[in-house]
Amino acid sequence: MKDTNRPQTIAQKILAAHSGREYVDTGEIINASVDIVLGNDITMPLAIEEFKKIGAKKVFDRSKIVMVPDHFTPNKDIKSAEQCKVLRDFAGQQDIINYFEIGEMGIEHALLPEKGLVLPGELVIGADSHTCTYGALGAASTGVGSTDAAVAMATGKAWFMVPKTLKFVYKNVSGPWITGKDLILYTIGMIGVDGALYMSMEFSGPAIGSLSMDSRFAMANMAIEAGGKFGLFEVDGKTIEYVRSKGKTQYSIFKSDENARYEKVFEIDCSKIKLQVAFPHLPSNARDASDAGDIIIDQVVIGSCTNGRMEDLKMAAGILKGRKTNKRLRTIIIPATQKIYLEAMKAGLLEIFIEAGCVVSTPTCGPCLGGHMGILAEGERAVATTNRNFVGRMGHPKSEVYLSGPAVAAASAITGRISIPEEVLS
Amino acid sequence: MIIKGRVIKYGDNVDTDVIIPARYLNTIDETELASHCFEVLDEDFKDKIKDRKIIVGGENFGCGSSREHAPIAIKASGIKAIIAGSFARIFYRNAINIGLPVIVSNEASKVIKDKDDLEIDLDNGEISDLTGKKTFKVPPLPDFIQKVISSGGYIEFTKARLAGKR
Repeated sequence: MKDTNRPQTIAQKILAAHSGREYVDTGEIINASVDIVLGNDITMPLAIEEFKKIGAKKVFDRSKIVMVPDHFTPNKDIKSAEQCKVLRDFAGQQDIINYFEIGEMGIEHALLPEKGLVLPGELVIGADSHTCTYGALGAASTGVGSTDAAVAMATGKAWFMVPKTLKFVYKNVSGPWITGKDLILYTIGMIGVDGALYMSMEFSGPAIGSLSMDSRFAMANMAIEAGGKFGLFEVDGKTIEYVRSKGKTQYSIFKSDENARYEKVFEIDCSKIKLQVAFPHLPSNARDASDAGDIIIDQVVIGSCTNGRMEDLKMAAGILKGRKTNKRLRTIIIPATQKIYLEAMKAGLLEIFIEAGCVVSTPTCGPCLGGHMGILAEGERAVATTNRNFVGRMGHPKSEVYLSGPAVAAASAITGRISIPEEVLS
Repeated sequence: MIIKGRVIKYGDNVDTDVIIPARYLNTIDETELASHCFEVLDEDFKDKIKDRKIIVGGENFGCGSSREHAPIAIKASGIKAIIAGSFARIFYRNAINIGLPVIVSNEASKVIKDKDDLEIDLDNGEISDLTGKKTFKVPPLPDFIQKVISSGGYIEFTKARLAGKR
């Protein structure tokens, strides 16, 4: 719907379309219909309890609830096993179609796009802060808490304040090894961890066209680390090709109007962005990895909903091939889904990792949030392709996490200190 | 609604991992969650809550995870309200949804000191610092949010709505 007097951003248009309106203004609070409600083994048990308090007998649509036990799975202890059982039992009682058990699951934000469960133009809420990942598909998706998820499971609706939008225009060609992770760490470093608070981030510009879908997912994924509500990309040929490969042809494409109002527009010259690393204890402490100094590390983690996809594994394998990881450290590689795991196996990547001295884990959020599968001891440091480096995030309150993309993580695994690929490839 | 209490003061970017580390999220028992509340950020938190009931934070309070366990742990620790310069959006809606008052005031967040005694008048949008002898006006919350809070949280609000009362 084009109304030149009342131009709208993608975020406004998707929210309007889901609340039966042609136009919604920023700052308005609306009650909108959601296409998907997502939850995991940490947030869903609480949501299920709240769902029961509402007195609802059935979920609003059994095909629109997605449950993925991915955080503390395979069950790390008895309590986690009990939490997963709550999910499994509820999914059984409610006949939930999209419940993904161990064996077919993956980290939720890699899994849902892979299964074609989120499409362009949709409105998605998930009881997980990184639900903003699906902005890469041109879907307005955002993290909420368990109570919001519970009400949406019962009613199919959620309340939203229509956000203002920050526009980011990426120009020129990126250098070698640079991925979406570097662009987003650089961007968060520029605007701060609350730089997009309550707002939608819109990623655009000529450099975006050459970015892979995997890189776009990594960027949208970290919109929340700047406080953002959505991390939206305009749908292009790559998005359509991706969605078509999942067998989906019915969806809506929304574009921001040319004269849409933006809170601020940032222009970013990608040719000047070097490999990034975010120092403890905020994702905004980004700096050039080449200027990191002599930071000795004890662990490398390559995985998570940010960087556990094929592009990440291929890049890491390209650096690790025929080399050995430093004997002093542990390198943990976690393909984000079973499908990625299998593809990595067929492509020979797992062999490269194991030969190099890495361990390869089944899909899990695990160490990213200090759950299991790679917890840090007091005083230890990790380079991780994950998304947060808050105090105690990966283990002991006196441990440290340095965030990077796969190239820096793989190079650092070889040298045992924060490194760029050139240090090991020459 | 009037809330009275003494202040525990924290800084900017208090994240959900320091409010309640993920390793304790294998339960939804609020007493157990409360027993680990703020243990990473402030080892004296348990002592402080014996006679202090209001948290005053800086900017971006509650940033990070969507875990509702964070405001639940705070509320179950006996905290009656949080004032901050700004809140991370998921934490903000989670707090409202469970009926924990959260008040945005840049000025109050900067001026109020640790251990000050406060009186918060939610209906009239006023924070009185009885120790610092200063009053801060707070803009009224949007209508919808006021209704959720006056219902006692989003679940009660939804029950009333489904019953045709909202």
